[in-house]
Amino acid sequence: MLDLAHEAPKPKVISGAKSDWELVIGLEVHAQVSSKAKLFSGASTRFGAEPNSNVAFVDAAMPGMLPVVNEFCIAQAVRTGLGLKAQINLVSAFDRKNYFYPDLPQGYQISQLYHPLVGEGEVLVDMGPGVARRVRIERIHVEQDAGKSIHDMDPTMSFVDLNRTGVALMEIVSRPDIRGPEEAAAYVAKLRQIMRYLGTCDGNMQNGSLRADVNVSVCKPGDYERYQETGDHRVLGTRCEIKNMNSMRFIQAAIEYEARRQIAILEDGGSIVQETRLYDPDTGETRSMRSKEEAHDYRYFPDPDLLPLEIEQDWVDEIAATLPELPDEKKARFVTEYGMTEYDAGVLTAETENAAFFEEVARGRDGKAAANWVINDLFGRLRKEGHGIGESPVSSGQLGGILDLIAKGDISGKIAKDLFDIVYTEGGDPAEIVEARRMRQVTDTGAIEAEVDKIIAANPAQVEKAKANPKLAGWFVGQVMKATGGKANPQAVNEIVSRKLGD
Amino acid sequence: MSIDLETARRVAHLARIAVSDEDLPALADEFNTILGFIEQLNEVDVDGVEPMTSVTPMRLKRRPDEITAGGYAERILSNAPDAREGFFAVPKVVE
Repeated sequence: MLDLAHEAPKPKVISGAKSDWELVIGLEVHAQVSSKAKLFSGASTRFGAEPNSNVAFVDAAMPGMLPVVNEFCIAQAVRTGLGLKAQINLVSAFDRKNYFYPDLPQGYQISQLYHPLVGEGEVLVDMGPGVARRVRIERIHVEQDAGKSIHDMDPTMSFVDLNRTGVALMEIVSRPDIRGPEEAAAYVAKLRQIMRYLGTCDGNMQNGSLRADVNVSVCKPGDYERYQETGDHRVLGTRCEIKNMNSMRFIQAAIEYEARRQIAILEDGGSIVQETRLYDPDTGETRSMRSKEEAHDYRYFPDPDLLPLEIEQDWVDEIAATLPELPDEKKARFVTEYGMTEYDAGVLTAETENAAFFEEVARGRDGKAAANWVINDLFGRLRKEGHGIGESPVSSGQLGGILDLIAKGDISGKIAKDLFDIVYTEGGDPAEIVEARRMRQVTDTGAIEAEVDKIIAANPAQVEKAKANPKLAGWFVGQVMKATGGKANPQAVNEIVSRKLGD
Repeated sequence: MSIDLETARRVAHLARIAVSDEDLPALADEFNTILGFIEQLNEVDVDGVEPMTSVTPMRLKRRPDEITAGGYAERILSNAPDAREGFFAVPKVVE
């Protein structure tokens, strides 16, 4: 595999009243597995269905109902593990995490505490060209999602919808390798990108397909290096966990607030209490979830309804053989194969659909030119109009057609922009449009010479000035372009004008 | 190991089982009897013995990713003490 050399980003430093502080961050990301049915039942996972209509009796924990694992969900988690270059455990097991809440009808969540399906892996988090943070993954386990409680429909009651209950989640647990709010958001974005490439999670944060619990602590400069040498977590400070965040912006804001809160306490001579906190987007603050404290006694034990999950290496190998080219590899290949910058390669490979579109345009053509057109003209316009590549009115074939016309010299770069606008708004075959609307550029030097002669003859005063000051030749070029409706080949015009004025 | 009244009270609360104060000593006693039995089991040396998860050689059953259930909200809600507009209705719980 091609690997771009990266250096690690600098950790974020916050200046307190008394000294400088650094942040230590670890994330638990809950990613909803893309599957048709739930982890242990045959109920649908479709978002936005009528309340309690996607619920099987096993999801509602009716007496006597037994869970049967959805093999595809396991395959998806294995696929995710492979995408994160992680160890796949051929034997894993399900445990019960016991707690009481109205949207958890079983009274426990089936999870994997002691023997997770996926072990250690890693993610390269891009922080700009040449800069990336290597974040270690500790584990990925498979578990059930809970239902949804709605508190604002009635003054005295909470309403519970179990449609999400039992949907398969992957909990991706990182090591405390993240050193700033931006890195945390970039880490979640990278996981999302990889899983979208793999097709294992749609990454829709608004619908709750991707949520993060963020662990934050603060330490003094130098402490983190000491942790790296000794592996002793205690030097990293006491952490607080901010629960259930579903926006990159909130993740950053919550970390920033929480770090400053901890620094203020420590500089006042206080100490941090390890606790679960909630971020309130309205106030921009985090607050303690006291109710969580006593519920923390989860009394885990192996689920007696489920045998250990044993999978075969052959099956894992089969899944590995179907992995697509992943973002890091695709980006590195774009840089070497098309000669583009790492930044452009990053833009084009952000979504697998974008990368595929670009490659269709670039096939057999100039890669750099294709990258410019796809990024600046097409993506720029789509973004302005709030569309994704799937809604692009310009196909890769049409954009390729425009590039071909430029390459052949049929149209100038400037006319190409007009042509792009026509194809974007009206559609049609670029070559036919150029013919029908007489947009072909004039490369016939005889015709251009005639235009230049006409303008020189009509403007003797300008000619005198331009002879004294060659910089004024640009005025003639402009006049010729105007007279030809922009269709004259600009290089040819330049050349002829300076030759004629030089006479 | 011995379970005191406070621990018994806490376990009952975590399980959301209402146990009155006068019933707590009996409950604690029962816990202690069970734990005593487990302590007896702990005397057996099981070093290097794989945990037995099934009496017959069985593999965890799997299901294909197909929608085979759901679409019967009224049946799911039929035993609920209170249900409104397709939701379970429970005493307000707000974080």
